[in-house]
Amino acid sequence: MNNENLDEKAKLIRQDILRMLYTCQSGHPGGSLSCVEILMALYYRVANVDAKNPQMENRDRIVLSKGHACPAMYAILADKGYFPREDLWSLRQLHSHLQGHPDMTKTPGVDINTGSLGQGISIAMGLALAAKYKKADYNVYTIVGDGELQEGLVWEAAMAAAHYKLDNFTVLLDYNGLQIDGSNDEVMSVGDVSAKFKAFGFECFKVDGHDIDAITKALQTPVSGKPKFICCKTAKGNGVSFMENNFGWHGKAPNKEEYETAIKELGGTING
Amino acid sequence: MAESKSLRVAYGEALVELGAKNKDVVVLDADLSHATMTSTFSAVYPDRFFNFGIAEGNMMCAAAGFAHSGLMPFVSTFALFGTGRAYEEIRNSISYVNANVKLGLSHSGLSVGEDGGSHQSIEDISLMRGLPGMTIFVPCDSVEMKKAVFAAAEINGPVYIRVARPVVETITTLDTPFIPGKANVMRDGSDVCIMATGLMVPYALQAANMLAADGISAAVVNFHTIKPIDRECILAMADKCGAVVTAEEHSIIGGLGSAVAEVLAGNSSAKFARVGIQDKFGQSGKPAELFEFYGLTSENIAAQCKLIKK
Repeated sequence: MNNENLDEKAKLIRQDILRMLYTCQSGHPGGSLSCVEILMALYYRVANVDAKNPQMENRDRIVLSKGHACPAMYAILADKGYFPREDLWSLRQLHSHLQGHPDMTKTPGVDINTGSLGQGISIAMGLALAAKYKKADYNVYTIVGDGELQEGLVWEAAMAAAHYKLDNFTVLLDYNGLQIDGSNDEVMSVGDVSAKFKAFGFECFKVDGHDIDAITKALQTPVSGKPKFICCKTAKGNGVSFMENNFGWHGKAPNKEEYETAIKELGGTING
Repeated sequence: MAESKSLRVAYGEALVELGAKNKDVVVLDADLSHATMTSTFSAVYPDRFFNFGIAEGNMMCAAAGFAHSGLMPFVSTFALFGTGRAYEEIRNSISYVNANVKLGLSHSGLSVGEDGGSHQSIEDISLMRGLPGMTIFVPCDSVEMKKAVFAAAEINGPVYIRVARPVVETITTLDTPFIPGKANVMRDGSDVCIMATGLMVPYALQAANMLAADGISAAVVNFHTIKPIDRECILAMADKCGAVVTAEEHSIIGGLGSAVAEVLAGNSSAKFARVGIQDKFGQSGKPAELFEFYGLTSENIAAQCKLIKK
C-alpha cells in the first residue's frame, strides 16, 4: 500500500475509533489516536500476520501493552479482515468480543491480553524468549505508553530482554507526554526514556510517531544480539484538533456535537 | 520407621522426571533455585531453565508468554513472593486467560521458621482460591508431591502447588489415589471428622489416635486439593460425624477452613471448628516452636474436637 493510501486509511481508522467510543460512550480516545501510525506501520508494512490465519504458528506477535488504546487495534484488525467492521460498534458492550481491554480469548487477531499496565511488555518479552528457545524466527513487537513506563515491571522486562539478548523483540513507545492526571512531567517524570532503555542494553531509535515511513524504517533496521527500542514522538488525540495534546481526553467519550465535529475534521461523514 | 523426605526436594526431583517425559516442560525461577530446588532440574536440563533474577512479577508474565508459545512453564519462588508480590501478574496474565502455567511455590506457611513473619506466607491459599479456574494442591508428603506435579501437568490451565520446606515423614504410598478435587479418607471414624491439608495431615492422624484413647472415633480426611474442593466428601463426612474440625498451616481466613465452611454453611448442621493461624502474622523461631505457639498441634486438634463434641 502506498503512502497516500495509508494516510487516507489513517483518517478512516481514526473515524472508526471515534465512532466506537461515541457508540458506547466510553473508552480512551487520546491514547488510541496517538498510536494509530505505530500500529499501522506494524500491521500494514512490517509484521508477518495473516487475517485469514490469526493463529499462524510463525506469525509475528503484536502486543499492545498500553491496552486501553485497543480501539485503534480493533479498527485496524477489522480493516484487515480479522472480523466484520460492524463488530466495532459493539465495543465495551455486554457479550461483545471487543472488550474494554484486549482479550485474546475473545478477539481474533489479539495475541495477548493486556490492560494492566506493565504486564504486556513483560509477557511480550516472555514470548520473544520462548521463540528463541524454540528456535522460531518470528518477531515480537510491543507498544507501551509513556505513563506505563512508571510501572517497575516495565524495567524488569527490559532488564530480562537485554540479559537474554532478545534481538527478536522490539518495544515501541507511544511518547505523547500525557497521562490521566496530566503531563508525565507533572505526574511522575519519566526522564530521558531513550537513555534509560539504552542503559538497559537496548538499541534505540527516535522517530516521528505519526510518520509511518519513519517508523517502518526503524522497525526494519536490523539489530543483533540486543533488543530494540523505538521512541515514537506522538501527540495524544492526534487528528482531532480539540483532543490533541489535551489530557482531558485520556478516558472520555465525545458527545454528539464533539463526535460530529471530529468526524468532519477527519473528512468523514456520520455513520459512513 | 517410614521414610522421611523434604517436600521441596521431592518437587525438584518430580520436575526432572516430568521433564524427561514431557519436552514442553520448562522451569522458571527468581534467584531461589537452590531453595525451591528447581536447581535439581537446571542441573539436568540447563537449556530448559530460565532465571529471571529477583523480579517475580516479570517471571509470572514471562511464564504466560511461554505458555502462549505452547510450552508448559513450572514457575518457582517462595509462596509469599509468588502469590503475594506477583498476585496481580498471576491474576491478569495467567489466571484470567487460563494460561497453562504451573506455580510450584515453596517455603509456604510457618514451617519456614527462622526467616520470620516477612517470609511466612499464611494467606497464599486465600489469594489463589479467589481466582476463577485456579487449581490448588497442598501435598502432605513427598510421595503426594510427585503425584501433584504430574497431575498438574495433566491439567490445561493454572495450578498452584504449595511446597512446604520441611523434611516430613511419608504417610501415603505410591498406591494412595491422587485424584484432583477428590479428598482421601485416611482413617474412618464416626464421632468427628478432622479435615486436614499439607503438613497438618500427620498431626490430624495423631490427634485421631489421642481421641481414640478417650473413646472418641475420629475420621481423618486429607485434602490434597483445596480447589476444587470436594463438596461431596465434606457433606458426607459432616453428615456421618456431626462434627468437623479443619486443620491447616495457613490463616483460618480464606484457606481450607473457609473452603469447608462455605460448603457446610446452609447445607449441614454439623458442629464446626478451625485449627490454623488465628488471624495473626508469624515470627522467627524453629518450626516446631512456631507450630506449638500458634496451635498447630495434634493436642490442639484433639482439644478442638472434644470442645465441639461437648
